[in-house]
Amino acid sequence: MAISMKKHAMPEQAASVRAHNFDEVALGYDEETALSEAARCLNCKVPQCRKGCPVEVNIPGFIAKIKEKDYAAAIHTIKESNSLPAVCGRVCPQENQCEKHCVLGKKGEPVAIGRLERFAADWQLSQNEAIQPVDFAADAKKVAVIGAGPAGLTCAGDLAKKGYRVTVFEALHTAGGVLSYGIPEFRLPKDKVVKREIENLTRLGVEIRLNSVVGRLYTVDELMQEEGYSAVFIGTGAGLPRFMGIPGENLNGVYSANEFLTRCNLMKAYLFPEYVTPIRVGKNVAVVGGGNVAMDAARTALRLGAEHVYIVYRRSMEELPARAEEVHHAKEEGIDFRLLNNPVAILGDDAGWVKEIRCQKMELGEPDASGRRRPVPVVGSEYNLAVDTVIIAIGTGPNPIVASTTQGLDTNKRGNIAASEETGATSKEGVFAGGDIVTGAATVILAMGAGKKAAAAINEYLKSKQ
Amino acid sequence: MFKVLTKKELSPGIFDCDIEAPQVAKKARPGQFIVLRADEKGERIPLTIADFDRERGSVKLIFQVVGASTMALASIPVGGEIQDFIGPLGQPSQISADMGTVVFVGGGIGVAPVYPIARAVHELGNKVIGILGAKTKDILVFEKEMRSVCDEVIITTDDGSCGIKGFVTNGLQTLVERGEKIAQVTAIGPGIMMKSVVEATRPLGIKTIVSLNPVMVDGTGMCGCCRVQVGDETKFACVDGPEFDGHLVDFGGLMSRGRMYREQEAVAKDHVCNIGLGR
Repeated sequence: MAISMKKHAMPEQAASVRAHNFDEVALGYDEETALSEAARCLNCKVPQCRKGCPVEVNIPGFIAKIKEKDYAAAIHTIKESNSLPAVCGRVCPQENQCEKHCVLGKKGEPVAIGRLERFAADWQLSQNEAIQPVDFAADAKKVAVIGAGPAGLTCAGDLAKKGYRVTVFEALHTAGGVLSYGIPEFRLPKDKVVKREIENLTRLGVEIRLNSVVGRLYTVDELMQEEGYSAVFIGTGAGLPRFMGIPGENLNGVYSANEFLTRCNLMKAYLFPEYVTPIRVGKNVAVVGGGNVAMDAARTALRLGAEHVYIVYRRSMEELPARAEEVHHAKEEGIDFRLLNNPVAILGDDAGWVKEIRCQKMELGEPDASGRRRPVPVVGSEYNLAVDTVIIAIGTGPNPIVASTTQGLDTNKRGNIAASEETGATSKEGVFAGGDIVTGAATVILAMGAGKKAAAAINEYLKSKQ
Repeated sequence: MFKVLTKKELSPGIFDCDIEAPQVAKKARPGQFIVLRADEKGERIPLTIADFDRERGSVKLIFQVVGASTMALASIPVGGEIQDFIGPLGQPSQISADMGTVVFVGGGIGVAPVYPIARAVHELGNKVIGILGAKTKDILVFEKEMRSVCDEVIITTDDGSCGIKGFVTNGLQTLVERGEKIAQVTAIGPGIMMKSVVEATRPLGIKTIVSLNPVMVDGTGMCGCCRVQVGDETKFACVDGPEFDGHLVDFGGLMSRGRMYREQEAVAKDHVCNIGLGR
């Protein structure tokens, strides 16, 4: 039978409907579609797809199990290397990772690896399978993990499976890091997916302490010297929003994407006033930036009732860093892309509220250090866009609280913690780090990969100390 | 969960609560704050630490019921629990033994967070003068506590029901007129009060520290909601502050941002009243 050159489409909520609700956009494959998609996999002898996966999931292995309808075996194959598959199946940029290397992609579309991963993970979530808690030895060593985001949770899960007693210290009142505060409900459901994946870790025996700001409540040295932790993993993320430094950024109605998304996702402001945290969008919204966070903010603003939402980005579609799928979804929902537009000022009314954003049109010049063509202002092209809300989504820097309160922990000039790419080892003995706090803002799966490598390195380190 | 150990209504709508939070109490230093969420559906709100008892493992909060969140907090009985309690946050006050004469100005419930700082400065051997301001005598808080750590206390009330009739700046003027040599003023209270104090000390060249309490969400530097213009820079009150050089703070911007959710705050308050939390 000839193999279809196209992957099976993902069933979705219609754009006109989903633009007004917070339910998940992508509905997931049913069994029949999953089996048919799995049948496209050639089970290559030397699978290229695995090379593209930061945590090296045995991709042909799990797909083979789906083909056999042995879904339990499929998810266990994935979980050998990936502790959060229902998350990764939804938010990984597969087109730049596993699927990019799939041989089918040379002549047609690659196997929909991400969708199949999600299928297997969702199947397991629907089973209420009993999780066997780790049987810790009486003298099991203790490891502290700082930050319950993708890096920290992965590191914690791997270490617990190796028999270490792990405590995760989380600053917020909910675990998950960016999975809880950043990525919206309509891309990554909180109760159905994030909470369940985290519960699976706590059932395994990982302890999560919420409301615990390391650096304030305990220092890293206190954790190691007074609280009995033999090693520490720092996975505190990229939690300090950047602003542009243009006039008007402190006006009412100007948000960082972090604030806007945190209010909506973590604090559930979309259910105001049942949930007390307020959020304001108004009629017209400008989101500044072109990454996935900008897409999330724009689509969230639309769902909160905005009538017109602009993406203002200073380069062109080709340089826009968001995933193609996110851009496609945003366009379908009616987001207005103002590309090659650079904000130069935010203008307010007499009461201190945003009224307009002043933009300058740009054209592409010579490539810059990043290899992308540098945008150059078009003289005399400035114009004002009438908006009620401006959301700045131009990236984040490292949160300084842990680094600034830990003696002997080196950072680079951007303030990121200096750590080995292979092991996560830092300048301080017994202290490891990984994820966005080391690399700057990147993806969920890269942070998970770093957490995984650090867990292996911490295991080696603690064994060598015996 | 964090247990409410004691609760007193100091005057109508102003509460004094001790919260069980041993680790926070152990680490708290004068000038820092906490963020709390009263219940599962609550908002995260910052409150400055009014006192802490390391042996008992408790943190004291003084708060005034102004909206939905403080109403929900006030409705938790003794023995009841606060859902989330995060701290100590922010930078501690910068204090030393050679500060000279320090005047602590507290307006309204702002007197409460002034107290632990005044106490620490006094314990280090500095001369401490307190100026406590309130609309009227009945809503004056922490007078006894302040008297125990101040070499002198001046009280001002808007209606003259206690002390000098007028504002805290009148108290400050009294000190200046009698030739008191003031090395530093620390002022905590409503934005408009801190602004008045800063304007009064600016021409005299007296170093003035203010403690800001803008709207916050996480309180750890993650959201940038609490940003405020200080001199040429935008600072985050939660991690860079809450204390800043008052002569550099853009109070106009600060107070404007404080009004951002006024409409929603009214809606939320009605909602909380209707579901009966604000008994």
